[in-house]
Amino acid sequence: MSLLEIEKLCLSIHGKTILDRIDLSLNQGEVRALVGESGSGKSMTALAVMQLLPYGAMTTGNIRFDGRDLLHASEDEMCALRGDDIGMVFQEPMTALNPVKTIGEQVAEGIRLHAKVGRAVAEERARHILDRVGLPESRFPLTRYPHQLSGGQRQRVVIAMATALKPRLLIADEPTTALDVVLQAQILDLLRDLVHESRMGLLLISHDLAVVADMADQITILRAGTVVEDGETVRVLSEQLHPYTRQLALASTHVPEIRKPPASTIASANCEKPLLSVTNVVREYPGARIGLFGRAPSTRAVNGVSFSMHERQSIALVGRSGCGKSTLARMILALDKPTSGTIEFEGVNLVGKSEQELRPLRRHMQVVFQDPYGSFDPRQTVARVVAEPLHLLDEKLTVQERRDRVAEALSEVGLSGADLDKYPHEFSGGQRQRISIARALITRPKLIVADEPVSALDVSIRAQILDLLAFLNNRQGVAFLFITHDLSVARAITDRILVMHEGRIVETGDTSSVLDQPTSDEAKDLVHASPSLHRALKRRMQEQG
Amino acid sequence: MMPFLLKRIGTGAITLLLASIVVFAMLDVVPGDPARMMLGMNATEDAVQALREQMGLNQPLIMRYMSWLGGFLVGDLGRSYTYSVPVSQLVAERAVVSLPLALLALFLSTAIAIPVGLYSASHRGKAADTIAMGASQLGVAIPNFWFALLLVYVFAIALRLLPAGGFPGWTAGTWPALKALFLPAIALALPQAAILARVTRSALLDVLGEDFVRTARAKGLSRNTVLWRHALRNALIPVFTILGLQFSFLLAGTIIIENVFYLPGLGRLIFQAITQRDLIVVESVVMLLVATVIVVNLLVDLSYAAIDPRLRGT
Repeated sequence: MSLLEIEKLCLSIHGKTILDRIDLSLNQGEVRALVGESGSGKSMTALAVMQLLPYGAMTTGNIRFDGRDLLHASEDEMCALRGDDIGMVFQEPMTALNPVKTIGEQVAEGIRLHAKVGRAVAEERARHILDRVGLPESRFPLTRYPHQLSGGQRQRVVIAMATALKPRLLIADEPTTALDVVLQAQILDLLRDLVHESRMGLLLISHDLAVVADMADQITILRAGTVVEDGETVRVLSEQLHPYTRQLALASTHVPEIRKPPASTIASANCEKPLLSVTNVVREYPGARIGLFGRAPSTRAVNGVSFSMHERQSIALVGRSGCGKSTLARMILALDKPTSGTIEFEGVNLVGKSEQELRPLRRHMQVVFQDPYGSFDPRQTVARVVAEPLHLLDEKLTVQERRDRVAEALSEVGLSGADLDKYPHEFSGGQRQRISIARALITRPKLIVADEPVSALDVSIRAQILDLLAFLNNRQGVAFLFITHDLSVARAITDRILVMHEGRIVETGDTSSVLDQPTSDEAKDLVHASPSLHRALKRRMQEQG
Repeated sequence: MMPFLLKRIGTGAITLLLASIVVFAMLDVVPGDPARMMLGMNATEDAVQALREQMGLNQPLIMRYMSWLGGFLVGDLGRSYTYSVPVSQLVAERAVVSLPLALLALFLSTAIAIPVGLYSASHRGKAADTIAMGASQLGVAIPNFWFALLLVYVFAIALRLLPAGGFPGWTAGTWPALKALFLPAIALALPQAAILARVTRSALLDVLGEDFVRTARAKGLSRNTVLWRHALRNALIPVFTILGLQFSFLLAGTIIIENVFYLPGLGRLIFQAITQRDLIVVESVVMLLVATVIVVNLLVDLSYAAIDPRLRGT
């Protein structure tokens, strides 16, 4: 008998169908991946197993855990199962922990509740499990609060909480999506070990086929609340029999076809003055206050960085989270001031310029952020959102001229002029990212800094946005600086790459040559840790013979 | 923590100084001569002048301010014009009525509001929640003096359970004194409790939507356990903020309520002192109230750090 058996699960929330006859089973010691794009019902399936569905949810069908009917279990029975036999790890480690309780309290709480042991015993066991997930007490005492830990460390605490009582089923909902690739590899290793150690069943929810190919024995692919395909992971992902499976696989390894014009034109461009040149830039942050007059030593987020980029070039700035890449980007955009060093844009040093003096320069450099929705005012129409940077122009535009420019920018990113008077919430995630690209394009900039422009998007939309960015770079000649921790993005759309580590640039070169043959240890770590669908499938096929 | 505390004490002292200037200057502008007030309308101009001389009212404003401030620093608040006793003695006599009244009202409003907020939040959308929030809407809308009259009518006149007004003094025993303060405290507390209950409820509902609440539920904690152990403490910051702001309204409210219930407290003292141009008393009481508000706000800020480790600056 399977550990978890889901049969014909239907779910509707306030009458809206979310899941339609889902079948899924998971055995002890097995990893089953639940894959799909956002809105496909992956998380809702998990929450249905936990019986933690939002208000207004109606379910029919069967969910059996070890033969017990979960859909008809009482709340008390579910409380006894949750955290004891069934553990769950959530996507967002930054908010998954209570900020006002220590990690020791939070890990011990579940142990005290289920194992019915006293505080001291529970804390001892909490200490043990935290040590097991790589947070030894010598460096991470139980009295730490969540805000004193990094994202990866917090995710370990969440995993410790979920696995403290050796659950027979662990549900992990996008456990590594918010983490950088090196941390992701570590967390996945940890989960794999826990499965082997105690023959735990793992339901791994992910949108990343490369991660899934590496981890899962079985795979279930969901689309719009129904199961599209399911079976053995290696077989399903290598044969790609179902068109949707093939579409997902293609999209996740997508490389835009639009390439640069012949190399000669690039070469001549290289002789010109660089568009942007960054020289010995340092950004120091003062240390925390200690006692009355003392201060901890200051930290250097960016430590002596120099590089230059030319018009029409596309450069990737890659590195682990916290390596200083976003701080560097902020200084290039003149949103932050370097402690020392110079940043020249079109031959003009940005450092020490007043906002008035920066204005004519800002027109030529724009930015695209990771989360398109978070960077819009929800009460402004698309026309206003996109027209925003127009105030940087010297000429005053009439209302009609503004609308024309906005419509033009929208059509360039594949949206229509009819979208002008809609509000941001009326668009899908991919369309919103197109709107934010349109906003960046409207002043005809020479440089666009894009901070993780596709990491919040589903694979198929991600592929479309990559195509759009490649088009803008190669045909329209906009130079791009991509900040990313995703090496496949770097490979898909950039010519050069800068690898950053602890505030310094440790390796530079042509994107493909650096990614194929990294020389520095930091670049090797990144390349080694980034998941790749082809590599994972090849490895597993070899293992299986 | 220490630099923070020193800084706050410093800004508190500056606020007090500025308040003293404003209070002193404003009362000087107000029409009405304390000396004439004391001697009555029929007094001769010479007598009034002599008294003014004696009271130091002929000195320039700045000199009077400096000597008043200097007295303040050594604990000499001066003598009341009308009562002819030291202001400090007068204030102390009245504070033993007003301070317990304010504290009792604060205690009652919190003791009513937080359970109601918790209950409403955990029964969101149900009948109990709707009733509680409807009642709180009413509580916000009703002025406290009108409510005070209603209380007097029901509990003092109709039911004869509690005294309708007056204060027997603490020498008459703790219980009779508390009984005399009970109705005024309720009249002060209920409108405050209504606001506080709404704030508590909405703060709790915000917290209940957070990711860590779901994590706690995934650990096997029941809804109520999560509400008490995880949500409540996170919701306390907005609650304490409102509590701190309300305290000054509570103090202002005592002026009206003490008059309605005929209580010999600071509120009545300041009210009478204003009508009689007993400026030195008004100044001292206002300064006392300003100092209390500053201290309460400091306590609220310190409570933030106690609630949330992220604000401890370590």
